[in-house]
Amino acid sequence: MASGRLRGGFLFFFLPVALWLALLIVLPHLELLRLSFTDSLAGRFTVANYLAFFTEPIYWLTFVRTALYSLLVTFLVMTVALPVAFYVTKVVDVRLSGFLMVLLLVPFWVSELVRVYGWMILLRESGIVNQVLTGLGLLKEPVEFLYRDATMVMGLVYTSMLFMVVPLIGVMDDLDDALIEAAYDLGASKGAIWRTIVIPHCATGLVSGGIIVFMLVLGSYLTPNLMGGKNSLWFTEQIYNQIILYFNWNQGAAFGFLLLLLSSLIIWAVLKVTGQRLKEVVK
Amino acid sequence: MRRWVLFSLLLFTLAVPFRGTVAAAQEKGVLRVITWAGYAPQELLDRFTEETGYRVEVTFSNNEEMISKLRATRGGGFDLAQPSQDRISAVVSQFGLYQPIDFSRIDEDQIDASLLEAVKKNTRVDGQSYAVPHVYGTEGIVVNRAKAPDVKDFKDLLDPRYAGRVSYRLKRPTLIGMGFSLGKDPFALYNDKGAYQAFLDDMEKTLIAAKPLVKTYWDNGDQLLQLLRSGEVWAASAWEQAGWKLHAENPDIDYIAPASGALGWVDTFAIPSRSQNLEGAYAYINFMLRPENAAFFTNRETYGTASKGAIAFLDEEIKDNFNRGLPPEVLAQVNWYPPVPAGIEEMEGRTLDKIKAAR
Amino acid sequence: MAIALSVQNLTKRFGSFTAVKGVSFDVDEGRFFSILGPSGCGKTTLLRMIAGFYRPDGGTILFNGRDMADIPPNRRPVNLVFQNLALFPMMNVYENVAFGLRRRGEKGAALDRKVREMLARVGLPQSGDKRIDQLSGGQRQRIAIARCLVLEPTVLLLDEPLGALDAKLREHMKIELKTLQAAVGTTFVYITHDQSEALVMSDAVAVMKDGRFEQVGTPQELYHHPNSAFVAQFVGTSNRLPVTFCWDGSGRPRARWGDIDLVLPEGFAAEEGSPWDLFVRPEAMIIDPDEGTDNVLSVTVRALLFDGGNSRLLVTVRDRPEELTVALPQTGQYDHVRRGDRIRVGWASAASRAFPGGEDRG
Ligand SMILES: Nc1ncnc2c1ncn2[C@@H]1O[C@H](COP(=O)(O)OP(=O)(O)O)[C@@H](O)[C@H]1O
Ligand SMILES: [Mg+2]
Repeated sequence: MASGRLRGGFLFFFLPVALWLALLIVLPHLELLRLSFTDSLAGRFTVANYLAFFTEPIYWLTFVRTALYSLLVTFLVMTVALPVAFYVTKVVDVRLSGFLMVLLLVPFWVSELVRVYGWMILLRESGIVNQVLTGLGLLKEPVEFLYRDATMVMGLVYTSMLFMVVPLIGVMDDLDDALIEAAYDLGASKGAIWRTIVIPHCATGLVSGGIIVFMLVLGSYLTPNLMGGKNSLWFTEQIYNQIILYFNWNQGAAFGFLLLLLSSLIIWAVLKVTGQRLKEVVK
Repeated sequence: MRRWVLFSLLLFTLAVPFRGTVAAAQEKGVLRVITWAGYAPQELLDRFTEETGYRVEVTFSNNEEMISKLRATRGGGFDLAQPSQDRISAVVSQFGLYQPIDFSRIDEDQIDASLLEAVKKNTRVDGQSYAVPHVYGTEGIVVNRAKAPDVKDFKDLLDPRYAGRVSYRLKRPTLIGMGFSLGKDPFALYNDKGAYQAFLDDMEKTLIAAKPLVKTYWDNGDQLLQLLRSGEVWAASAWEQAGWKLHAENPDIDYIAPASGALGWVDTFAIPSRSQNLEGAYAYINFMLRPENAAFFTNRETYGTASKGAIAFLDEEIKDNFNRGLPPEVLAQVNWYPPVPAGIEEMEGRTLDKIKAAR
Repeated sequence: MAIALSVQNLTKRFGSFTAVKGVSFDVDEGRFFSILGPSGCGKTTLLRMIAGFYRPDGGTILFNGRDMADIPPNRRPVNLVFQNLALFPMMNVYENVAFGLRRRGEKGAALDRKVREMLARVGLPQSGDKRIDQLSGGQRQRIAIARCLVLEPTVLLLDEPLGALDAKLREHMKIELKTLQAAVGTTFVYITHDQSEALVMSDAVAVMKDGRFEQVGTPQELYHHPNSAFVAQFVGTSNRLPVTFCWDGSGRPRARWGDIDLVLPEGFAAEEGSPWDLFVRPEAMIIDPDEGTDNVLSVTVRALLFDGGNSRLLVTVRDRPEELTVALPQTGQYDHVRRGDRIRVGWASAASRAFPGGEDRG
């Protein structure tokens, strides 16, 4: 009898979740999956939408470019976020660290668009940075900082920083200061402490943050478009174009699934190479 | 597990940034209009409600989204739409998104005859027309005459003298405008895919070669205004409204129609095939084209209107803009966008992608 | 014998609070030196200064005569066993022990030999591949020490390393630590708040209180000749009797404890009527003493605390509020003593110590 009641309770809580998952996640995806295997004009089954990705170099080259930049951004975010998280959790005292956390969060209260515009106001040829630099005589002529890949990468790093810093602060908080001191005491230099103690300790945070950042960057649209300028074709733009501009939902859906598949593959490969396990990371 | 939900959500948001609005239960007396920002000023809506008793629910959108949304609901969800005239016949024959206009219910006398004819012609499918003209506009060049006095046509945006000081959109109007400017007639090639592809390949080469010259491919209006206003850019492809806005701030900057002709669009009224308020839709069309209402709109948004009596109600400054930039002889030269045959935009898209990806 | 560690006048302030106040001491090479004091007296602070984690506000630290000012912890010839051990959970046992050697750039067979020798030395030759969380408390203890000893430091500092162990294991580890230290010959500086640890293991003990050293000496000296009430109280157990000093008729020093007259050690002198505390160790109190013992009291047995070789009686004297502790040797001789019995106890005046009283009645 007791187990019956338990099952009733379980169903009671599980059903809304299951419904939500089914209606908002599973069903649209099934429809998208069907679309991706359907010819856009004739409506027949076809794998042409997937083949197009491999036969048209512009598509897979864009994906490779997007993926490589996403990996680079993820790596840069890690190298920036590690010291930041360390500073917030280990160096400053507790009251200040709370304040710093708020400072880190504040930029994320405004939308991505506003943040990107903020950068554009700063970095444009007639922007604030140029005015200051020419005003100080450090630059003779204003320089266009925008519309370069480096600027785009910086913008992406900035936009996704928080998603790395937060999990890192979480794991870094658990790092016993005594471990750092013990390593120091046993003759480790600062670099060796980072390499042997701090980074291995933060591995789970790095991986979970890394996955989030990688997916976010891979899926971002505004920042590459507005800050990247002339050459910054991003794979999401291809999906957007297919669906919005050319009304080719079938091709767009195929690209969407390819993005999901390939990015999952990349994450799996990176986890494999670094010897991390998704299960531990999720835990 | 959570990770996978995240992945799915990510894909979901990527692929479907505009989930079809859940069709609200249709109440009597509501008119659901999907249109462009600015096309439905609150004052006019209030007046309309007062006059007819219909309450108007407005959704702001653009051509692409309008079609996507109507496609998602198979022509439902809205009672009236305002697509551009060239975006109608294809979606009618392919997806049946709109229903034919019953011109007996339209007050044709208040509409500019030539525009009405052009729209009827361009939206004709199987002998029936699907739209009524409302607003028109052009894409030409906004130029800072003090800095780039010689820019007269789209092709001048490729002039190395202005390296780093020009900008245009990486969108289809640029391909077409450059085409006209370089002595081709892209519209005439629409029905010959092979020839059109050759034209596109040509434009691809031209625009990739010009890549070092362009400051950036502008992507939205604010960005364009900021580029010209700051003096970072001297000439850019743009709409007359952007030029006139900047002209008011700085008389050196103005809109000019290119020598080879500006590109012209007409936004229309079209009725979705599953519209649930035909009565209201026709009333709305006639109401918006009434001269004083159309002029109210043009005075505010500076877009040209298909209402022929509206000129009498325009503000002086606005009238002056039209006289400077789009006098009748210039308007006569405008290359109005014809409907786009299926597949053309994908070809263009591929060309644009290649240009963007090129180093 | 060479002096391995010399500390002079070391001071450390935290804001307005001075945690260590001008401490000086020398530790001879190969010695087991303990610092014993109650929690919060500044032991850890002192140790962290020696290890290099705190910069002293005054004083000097010398290792083998070399001044350590401005030398960071990773370059001092000293290692610290942390209070919580601080073993590296991200490495296995072998790597923990090899950690310091690797930082010195050692590798290959030489490193492997050192690590294996050290693991064998602490009795864990097979545990190299284990994770830290697979070790028992005592084993972790040994690895924490092995990790330092493998570096052959001039001085090994230990911060209450047995604190987290259960009583039985602690007893065992005391002896093991002492044996290990004797075998390797490394100089140990060991801090603890447990007097028994300090007494059992050390060659010399410093008793610390409120940031100062009260007394430094061998365990025996501290036990038998404490030079302050605090040391007498803190090292071992003592009965404390609040007394008043007076001279008797024949000019010998006496102490009045209530209405009881007690004989003080020969040669003791003080101002008539001044308050003193008299300390007598439980084992100095003899049951049924010989006639002629200096001080003999008639007492009532309040409780019998059986604890094997450490058994005691709690007794009171007539109307005095103080309870005295008397050692109860388990020789069979006193098996007849029962609760409520009236018995005689006494002690030789030479076995008692008196310190100025009236304060510090904790
Ligand atoms: N970093 C610090 N800041 C302020 N006060 C401290 C700090 N470290 C220790 N203290 C204070 O110094 C005194 C001695 O501490 P500690 O050396 O840890 O004592 P012990 O190890 O003998 O228990 C304590 O009162 C403690 O509160
Ligand atoms: Mg301590």
